[in-house]
Amino acid sequence: MNFPLDSLSAVSTANPWSYLVFGLVGFAFGLTLEMAGFGDSRKLAGQFYFRELTVFKVMFTAIAVAMVLLFGAVGLDVIDFSHVWVNPTYLDSGLLGGLIMGVGFIIGGFCPTTSLASASSGRIDGMMFMAGGFVGAFVFGETEQLFDGWYNSAGYLGRLTLDQVFSTTAPMVVVAIVLVALVLMWVAEQIERVVANKDLASEPALRKYGALTLALMALGVVVIGTPSLESRYQSAQFKRSEPALSAGNAKPLMGAASAPAPIAQSTVPAAKPQMVTRTLSADEMLSARLVYVTPAEAFKARFQQSIKPIYLDVRNEADFNLYHLAGAVNVPLAHLQSKVPALLTEPAANTVFITIGNDEKMATQAWKLLVANRVPNVYILEGGVNQWIATFGAEDTGLKALVKADDDQLRYSFASALGDRYKSCAPSPIEYEKLSFEPRIVLQLKRDKGGGGCG
Amino acid sequence: MNAIRSLFRRPEKAYLHPYLAGAILGVVLFLAFLLTGNGLGSSGATSRIDAALVDLVAPAHVDQTPYLLKMAGGNKNPLDDWIVPVFFGALLGGFVSGVWNGRFKLVTNKGPRISNRMRWFMAFLGGMIFLYGARMARGCTSGQALSGGATLAAGSWVIMLAIFTGAYLLAYFVRKLWT
Repeated sequence: MNFPLDSLSAVSTANPWSYLVFGLVGFAFGLTLEMAGFGDSRKLAGQFYFRELTVFKVMFTAIAVAMVLLFGAVGLDVIDFSHVWVNPTYLDSGLLGGLIMGVGFIIGGFCPTTSLASASSGRIDGMMFMAGGFVGAFVFGETEQLFDGWYNSAGYLGRLTLDQVFSTTAPMVVVAIVLVALVLMWVAEQIERVVANKDLASEPALRKYGALTLALMALGVVVIGTPSLESRYQSAQFKRSEPALSAGNAKPLMGAASAPAPIAQSTVPAAKPQMVTRTLSADEMLSARLVYVTPAEAFKARFQQSIKPIYLDVRNEADFNLYHLAGAVNVPLAHLQSKVPALLTEPAANTVFITIGNDEKMATQAWKLLVANRVPNVYILEGGVNQWIATFGAEDTGLKALVKADDDQLRYSFASALGDRYKSCAPSPIEYEKLSFEPRIVLQLKRDKGGGGCG
Repeated sequence: MNAIRSLFRRPEKAYLHPYLAGAILGVVLFLAFLLTGNGLGSSGATSRIDAALVDLVAPAHVDQTPYLLKMAGGNKNPLDDWIVPVFFGALLGGFVSGVWNGRFKLVTNKGPRISNRMRWFMAFLGGMIFLYGARMARGCTSGQALSGGATLAAGSWVIMLAIFTGAYLLAYFVRKLWT
């Protein structure tokens, strides 16, 4: 599963092909709209007088076809949906903006891209709409500061999809929309027959086969379903850069256990080493210990400007109440999956999750779960709470080391359940100012920040 | 020269059937998602072109206007965004299709009861209003309705319904423009 392509997630001069690809997408877009006749504003406006419902037919066929193909590919794990731009929901500004667009549509007779196709095929009204558009967008830019607060927060629901709204799965929504769309197409044809006296016998019979094919493909999406967590875990990819081997370096900094790294020989001695980017699977990341952060690094993360750590304690409530890191959030492993939608949408882009168990077994399971759900920037506290106490707990009173403890159990006994009120729960940054560790946290910025979408 | 002239005098061809055009558009949209993770869009480019023009003439103003600052503040190039090549590609695509299908004509399409001048004015006004609303909604029929619709984005479906509602509600009152 390699799509969408990382190299095309945005345009960049580092990858000049990206401009061409997006240009071609636009070219196909404008071409198709003109071929459909949308250069002619009368065809567009006719929709709203029930003269001809071409706008509805084209739009909904396009949505239905794209949707079926998209979620079929997602179901087959060909496309990673977490890398697909989903417009965030801003209910208030969306609703008002939509109504205003409707007004502009019926007055102007176009929407933006149809006006482009119209203008570039010689229609003067298209050119005027386009010109007016530049003015309207400019006025918005100038007036937006008057309602900045409302614009940026009213009705904000984040990356919300219809399957989440209706508590069902995406394939079920797809099939529902396709079936409703097909019915509405039939209704549209009847309206055209009754209001505009359209002779339906002149419509191509092929369209019924097209409708049937689309319905079957939608059912196919349901059959394909959504990829299993196991399959998503297996297809997760991580990129790490490391200096290439040269005459100076004896071995790569990261002790990769399995496959040999692609090595580039640096021919410039004692200069800055070339960085080689490797792609690793989740299991490779685990066996190379690249996602285990020492208590020192986990502690220092709190004071770093660039990242925002969240200590995700996945132990049961009893252990959490005995001892937990200051500021830690308790989400027992059994409940972690249900918290995933919130973890995907709410935190800031520079959030780093550190899963915490008593040792590492439970925390690693939690890590695997989050990785399968494509939660970005997840790490594991190396050695868990036990190691944390061993590192910082020399001066703690009220806890005692146990001689023997089972795997993933607390190796200390506690006089009472003080939670985070031991001194080591929040080590002093002054006392522990100098701590050495090999950093493991590499911040991966989320794909759909401001870069995606039409905004 | 004659070759160019004959290019612009091709016989006018029929439009694509709506379902076929829709299917093709759907495939284009899907390929965009597959390759780039982005769908289609348009109004964002208009804002960015505006921002670039303002930045050229009054860069200090850009740094004082939050909406422009996001796109063009400091050294940021507002035109260096995926949606801008899409915008220009669409212009070119419309042009090529118009010429190829013998539909390239310097003409004004309008309802039978109004003059060309009235149509131009209304087209300009409609464009202003539409793009104002599009930026408020963070996308237009392509960016929100088509692309967001296909990804099942809840807000996009709301926006799509709002667009149709707004147009239908006003249609009767502006029927002189079209009927």
